[in-house]
Amino acid sequence: MNIVRILFSFIVFPGFIFSAVIGLFLTWIDRKVTARIHWRVGPPWFQPYADFLKLLLKETIIPEGSSKVLFFLGPLLGVVSMSILAVMLFSMNFNPASSYVGDLIVIIYLLALAPIGIIIGGSASKNPLASVGASREMTQYFAYELPFLFALAIVILKAGGNIKFGEIILAQEATGPFLYSLSGVIAAVVILLSTQAKLSFVPFDIPEAEQEIMAGPYIEYSGVALAMYKVTRAMMFFTLPLFLISLVWGGFANWWAILKFLLIIVLIILIKNTNPRLRIDQALKFFWIGIGILSILGLVLAFYGL
Amino acid sequence: MRRVVPIGPYHPLQEEPEFFKLIVEGEKVVDLEINIGYNHRGHEFISPTLTWDQVPFLVERICGICSDSHPYAYVLAVEDCAHVTPPPRSQYIRTIIGELERIHSHYLWLGLAGHFIGYNTVWMWVWRYREPLLDLFELIMGNRNHYAINKIGGARRDIRKEDFPKIEKYLDLLEEKNAMFTKAILDDPVIRARLEDVGVLSKEDAIAYAVTGPTARGSGYAIDVRKDDPYDAYDKVDWNEIVFEEGDVLAKAKVRLLECDESIKIVRQCLKNMPEGSIETRVDEIPPGEGIGRHEAPRGEVFHYVRSNGSNMPVRHKVRAPSFMNIASNVVAVRGYSIADAALVLASVDPCYCCTERTFVYQSGKKKYSGQDLLKLSWEKTEKLKRRYKK
Repeated sequence: MNIVRILFSFIVFPGFIFSAVIGLFLTWIDRKVTARIHWRVGPPWFQPYADFLKLLLKETIIPEGSSKVLFFLGPLLGVVSMSILAVMLFSMNFNPASSYVGDLIVIIYLLALAPIGIIIGGSASKNPLASVGASREMTQYFAYELPFLFALAIVILKAGGNIKFGEIILAQEATGPFLYSLSGVIAAVVILLSTQAKLSFVPFDIPEAEQEIMAGPYIEYSGVALAMYKVTRAMMFFTLPLFLISLVWGGFANWWAILKFLLIIVLIILIKNTNPRLRIDQALKFFWIGIGILSILGLVLAFYGL
Repeated sequence: MRRVVPIGPYHPLQEEPEFFKLIVEGEKVVDLEINIGYNHRGHEFISPTLTWDQVPFLVERICGICSDSHPYAYVLAVEDCAHVTPPPRSQYIRTIIGELERIHSHYLWLGLAGHFIGYNTVWMWVWRYREPLLDLFELIMGNRNHYAINKIGGARRDIRKEDFPKIEKYLDLLEEKNAMFTKAILDDPVIRARLEDVGVLSKEDAIAYAVTGPTARGSGYAIDVRKDDPYDAYDKVDWNEIVFEEGDVLAKAKVRLLECDESIKIVRQCLKNMPEGSIETRVDEIPPGEGIGRHEAPRGEVFHYVRSNGSNMPVRHKVRAPSFMNIASNVVAVRGYSIADAALVLASVDPCYCCTERTFVYQSGKKKYSGQDLLKLSWEKTEKLKRRYKK
């Protein structure tokens, strides 16, 4: 009985199927809003689902001489890690006092699995453009992970040194969301920008820049494997804003969370549409120097309780 | 470790078939090899099979974007050969269309440049304000593209008096929007970070590679046929030549943006001062001889040469499009920058491959003649011709 429940939560709700359906719907919002900003009409609401179904029906071509295991491991890692992340976020938010030990360290590793999947897939593709894309993904991962970790440290400091996810949410319930303090704002900004980079949205769509390296790591992917990458991206678009809300904006176990969520989504789409793509060295400088110093400042502020 | 990153023959960066072989070390481009010749159509060969008046329709189709420039230069060449001066009104009409075409071409490039740096909002917005211009072309000449306005000895169509306010109205809109784009693009720190000091083409290199148009003017090399060798109405209007010294991609973008303002100025003056009268002189025969025509196309100087033996067809028609000179300069401009910059630098000369195409001779997968071989062949032929005409 218990196993059935666990499987249900991983596969149906709030795991794979639920977060994929919502995530694909969010990509439609992204495409529609982007289109309106561009003075275009934009696709109908079922377009992402149609794209996904079409990809499932297509032939999956494996490049000659590439490692089959690694080639499919890449897309699989992302889907699995994002499903687990969705389950953890939901169970922690709706039942923060549960004895289930889900802490930030696990989530950091889960979040790292998605870019690692892209790097593995890109390197296994045996294509010069894919390997350039994979190396860019690696550089970008190291770029945004440093300030991202500092921002998480701010959150941990504010929660009284607790790395348990449930405790962080409980602490916010007791004292009010961390966002309403100076260091909390800094943490939110840093996490938002890292989210932008994790989602590979402009200005940080460097690993898959279509005009430069033609979708980079994804260039050799087709059919089901490509659909898995796409759905991973869609699920990240769903889970990462939720992660941000639960860390600094008081969790999402209430109706206000829908508004907060939409606000973050729109913010991400706006950043995406009002910036050109950075170069990889510029992104590294931006995250390590600009945002890095900002996050250290936030850490100092959090240390003094601001 | 050296690797090859191919851009082309089919690549989302550019919509025409061309092949740039980027030789990279990591992300840094150390060398570039350019291959063209995927889409050769033999216009110079077809031209002598058509009558003088049919050729403008042919050369119009060399390039879809500057479809006024080629017939313009051709018509100037034939008029030079036949010693005809077109009536003033037709000169003004041709100048107006030439300048409107410059605006539409520069806007096309600007939009694409936005797309190339991943800024799709700029792309869509710029093209939104380019669209009414195409409608204007349709209003004046019946076609959004391929205007067929140039005719040996004048213009094929008149611009009607009642269309003047519509053109003026569009120019007002464009002036406002161009100021907006100039400000938005030059003030955006992220755009500046991407474009500044990228793909620098020094003045010496610009002269050595004989680049033309905005590519040259962005490198501080003031060359513009409209100023240096004015034709039609260009010496009767007041306008400035835009030159920037930096030579990077941003300078080229600035040249194009500010040139649109100058074009607006030229069109306005032309509309105001346009004389009344006929729009063409009758040209019955083209006497034996040769003529050259130069027109400042949006991408630079386009050069046409025609030779007549007194019949109703040209004997020889030679076209040199500006992109042919500009694309070659990529080899120096791109060296030392990253792959991300390379895509931008390659696009910054506003390349147009359809007018640049040349044939290549391949034998069992290898190029038969290198550049040096072709030079040698050309010298040999010149020697042969010299000997023949000495007799």
